[in-house]
Amino acid sequence: MAWFLKPKYNIKKGLHNPVQDGLWHKCPTCNSMIYSKDWEENFKVCPNCDFHDKLNAFERIQSLIDPGTFIETNNNIVSVNPLDFNDGKIRYELKVHEAMEKTMLKEAVVIGHGKLNGLSVQLAVMDFSFLGGSMGSVVGEKITLAIEEAIKHKRTMIIFSASGGARMHEGILSLMQMAKTSAALKRLSDAGGFFISVLTNPTTGGVTASFAMLGDIIISEPDALIGFAGPRVIEQTIRQKLPPGFQRAAFLQDHGFVDIIVRRKEMKKTLYELINYTH
Amino acid sequence: MTAYYLSFEKPIEEIEKSIAELRESHSGNREVDFSIEIDELEKKREYLIKTIYENLTPWQVTQVARHPERPIFSDYQKQLFDDFLEIHGDRLFRDDPAIVTGFARIGNEKFVIVGEDKGKDTKEKIRRNFGMPNPEGYRKAMRAMRLAEKFKKPILSLIDTAGAYPGIEGEERGQAEAIARSLFEMSGLKTPIISLVIGEGGSGGALAIAVADRVLMLQNSIYSVISPESCASILWRDAGLAERAAEALKMTGPNLLKLKVIEEIIPEPMGGAHRDTAATMKNVRTSVLRHLAELKRISTPKLIQKRYERFRRLGAFEIVK
Ligand SMILES: [Zn+2]
Repeated sequence: MAWFLKPKYNIKKGLHNPVQDGLWHKCPTCNSMIYSKDWEENFKVCPNCDFHDKLNAFERIQSLIDPGTFIETNNNIVSVNPLDFNDGKIRYELKVHEAMEKTMLKEAVVIGHGKLNGLSVQLAVMDFSFLGGSMGSVVGEKITLAIEEAIKHKRTMIIFSASGGARMHEGILSLMQMAKTSAALKRLSDAGGFFISVLTNPTTGGVTASFAMLGDIIISEPDALIGFAGPRVIEQTIRQKLPPGFQRAAFLQDHGFVDIIVRRKEMKKTLYELINYTH
Repeated sequence: MTAYYLSFEKPIEEIEKSIAELRESHSGNREVDFSIEIDELEKKREYLIKTIYENLTPWQVTQVARHPERPIFSDYQKQLFDDFLEIHGDRLFRDDPAIVTGFARIGNEKFVIVGEDKGKDTKEKIRRNFGMPNPEGYRKAMRAMRLAEKFKKPILSLIDTAGAYPGIEGEERGQAEAIARSLFEMSGLKTPIISLVIGEGGSGGALAIAVADRVLMLQNSIYSVISPESCASILWRDAGLAERAAEALKMTGPNLLKLKVIEEIIPEPMGGAHRDTAATMKNVRTSVLRHLAELKRISTPKLIQKRYERFRRLGAFEIVK
């Protein structure tokens, strides 16, 4: 760590590690030390360099939905092991169980409905901490259920994506979730429904190549990595280094695949305005 | 005889070589009659092919699906279609030779065709990017499929790709968007759609043209969310363990039939499609025409509803208290 980035606290008081103490948070991008309470209140955005760290599903919901109005649905749908998949170290259903304990979630997406500045919205929020936000049968089913609810109740559908792609352990069934969710969105669109897709860091693979890219409006958080193939796969295929900024939010906007890049602080307001403009 | 033998086909190769040698001496030497020996070897050969091919492991099926002499799109173009008129381009960027689109007749039926073509020789393979489409390929396919809807013609898609191409330009032009759009639009196309996996069904690059009313697979084809090599290198950091991954991924016909991902496995002649292209085409023709006849009896709104439900129910999960 360079001297000028040293934390602004009195080191004479003791040799304790301020990060481990939990009082301070070190920004992984600019290394500046941020008071943990400020970091949380700022929804994990660095006040110094504007780095947007990952939010878990409920932190995200809290940052968007009017307090006390979110009603989670279908959180009783859980994964099974349809292929009897075992990677040699751990059976797939145990891997899911570990992820549940680690994240306190049932799966990589939380769905439900609530109010956004008083407007009724249907929400699906992915959580990268649950097996890399991978899409298996449960994620596909819950996203589809949410879309079907949006059609039924004529609510705006908002999906926050964060995913490394399809969940390999469910084989072909995870691939089929791409078709299932996209078909549901076709129905929503035919019914005149409004779908806003919000891409957060990272959104790649089967999620990008299905519902995430099908928004009537597509929003991205600043600097989010968004792509079909992961950067490592591309580098291995073409055997060359990728240019800086490749597959980042601004790159996608330049190439015409993202409508608006919105900072986390302005997300709620922007979503509200979009719903207002279209209703 | 084929010119290329897979590693597990070595016994077949040996016997076919012996037969060929005997035949040669037979024709060069009229005094000695080898026909009995040849007959016996032929019987042995048939038995060998049968026992090997009736017990293929998923990894061996993968190798057959990628066999260099396996019939690819251009063979279907010549031998399955009674005629074919190719159309080119996505009207946006360029023509992607990895996907071929056009009109074809099979018997009395007119189809709009969408097919992934890996290319025969090295020059063709390079031109067709080894059958790995870029976004413009999927957009061309969508354009052809919209024509099918407009002129009320059924769509037949032939799938044979390792996957959509993971490159810089593909990302710049929206590979993910092109695939997503195809899934979205195909689910609502008001015309019957039949998809057939003829070799490799590689992930999103295959599914992008397979949101169909009927999904069929040739006996020795594969359909998977990820290649066994990539799966092995992710799980065990060793692509050499692909055999194990092929087993775990359940990517062959019987498993996919059980999971209701496909409707039918079309049988291949004994020893694989590459040993008898004509017989393969005959089986495909019969099956495709039978499925089309069934689909034509369904009203369009019901067809779309059934297609939605077909994909809607795919997945496995549990509802807990
Ligand atoms: Zn920072």
